[in-house]
Amino acid sequence: MKATTPNQDFLRGIWRENPVLIQMLGLCPALAVTNSVANSLAMGVATFFVLMGSSLLVSSFKRFVPHEVRISTYILIIATFVTIADMLLEAIVPVVHKALGAFVALIVVNCMILSRQEAFASKRPLGRSLLDAAGTGFGFIIALLMMGGVRELLGNGTLLGVNVLGANYEPWVIMVLPPGGFLTLGFLLLGLSWIEKKKAARAAVREWPDGVGQERKAA
Amino acid sequence: MADLVWILMSAMVVNNFTLALFLGLCPFMGVSARVETALRMGGANIFVLIITSLCAWFLNAFILPYAPYLRLTSFIVVIASLVQIVEMVIKKVSPMLFRQLGIYLPLITTNCAILGLAIFQTNRGYGLLEGLSFAIGAGLGLTLALVLMASIRENTELADVPELAKGMALVLIIAGSLSLAFMGFAGLLSAT
Repeated sequence: MKATTPNQDFLRGIWRENPVLIQMLGLCPALAVTNSVANSLAMGVATFFVLMGSSLLVSSFKRFVPHEVRISTYILIIATFVTIADMLLEAIVPVVHKALGAFVALIVVNCMILSRQEAFASKRPLGRSLLDAAGTGFGFIIALLMMGGVRELLGNGTLLGVNVLGANYEPWVIMVLPPGGFLTLGFLLLGLSWIEKKKAARAAVREWPDGVGQERKAA
Repeated sequence: MADLVWILMSAMVVNNFTLALFLGLCPFMGVSARVETALRMGGANIFVLIITSLCAWFLNAFILPYAPYLRLTSFIVVIASLVQIVEMVIKKVSPMLFRQLGIYLPLITTNCAILGLAIFQTNRGYGLLEGLSFAIGAGLGLTLALVLMASIRENTELADVPELAKGMALVLIIAGSLSLAFMGFAGLLSAT
């Protein structure tokens, strides 16, 4: 495995290898609960907590886990933290817990968490694993907030419950319903690949010495 | 009886697991490139869902009243191990069927639709028969969504799609339109 700096471990998950937008992991929660910013935030924070906790335990005990049963062990550890998160949410913010419903429990099968344990926490030192988990967790929260922001704004005309688009805005209800989830993520991906394409084109021009790039562009 | 049919129809079309509840998206995106594989995946899914429903009912009825905080952990462990055992049994008894279900059986275990079914079943307080009809409906619904998606994707292969939209973006937008179409079923059950 390539050596990385702590900085890279942290930053990688946030954007360049964003779990939802680039790796397409953890799609179920990213689509299901992002119909408002508040729900997205709660889901993101709960997942962040589970990811940090699991990485902490998996990385600390990596020497003692037999290779053959590692996946089951990870799942058990993750399930434990999800149970804790579920109970905490129910105790602290019962309204949000009710809105998220079964999807809090379904964090267990969020493949993003398991993939970080298998790919990173089970092989690297504790500190690095926590950095990696924090980066990936923040990336997940950012992706969820992007989805939630777009869907709440278009579907309700509000952001975090505050009316933004004014009283005359006719809510685009479909955006807060299930089809809106698929469509929003689809168009976000379209936008991202458009940005990537622009960036690649600019980089290609820059590789040529002065003058040549302009000619190529004109041609 | 009418209740059971209602549960089955509701899980199959009105609250379709994939298109309305976003459960089981991984296979929906992953193995929906061919109709043939989509059908097999659907079959394996129905099978595992039925086993899961039985497991969840058993745990809920006999074990979990004594230790409610173990719900999630016990669900996932019992389901995963039971599917493994069933896989071994099928391999011994019917190699034909084993080859048809193939690698899909173990893959399905970590599919959120499976755990989702167990949790929904618990939250709604379904009994044995209700749970079974819920599982069959959910399985048929997943298969329906998978096959629809696969047949559309087979057609888009020959279509002239913009370079940018190729890949996941296109699949998601198609899924959005499918989901939109399935919303039309919402009035189906209240009308009768």
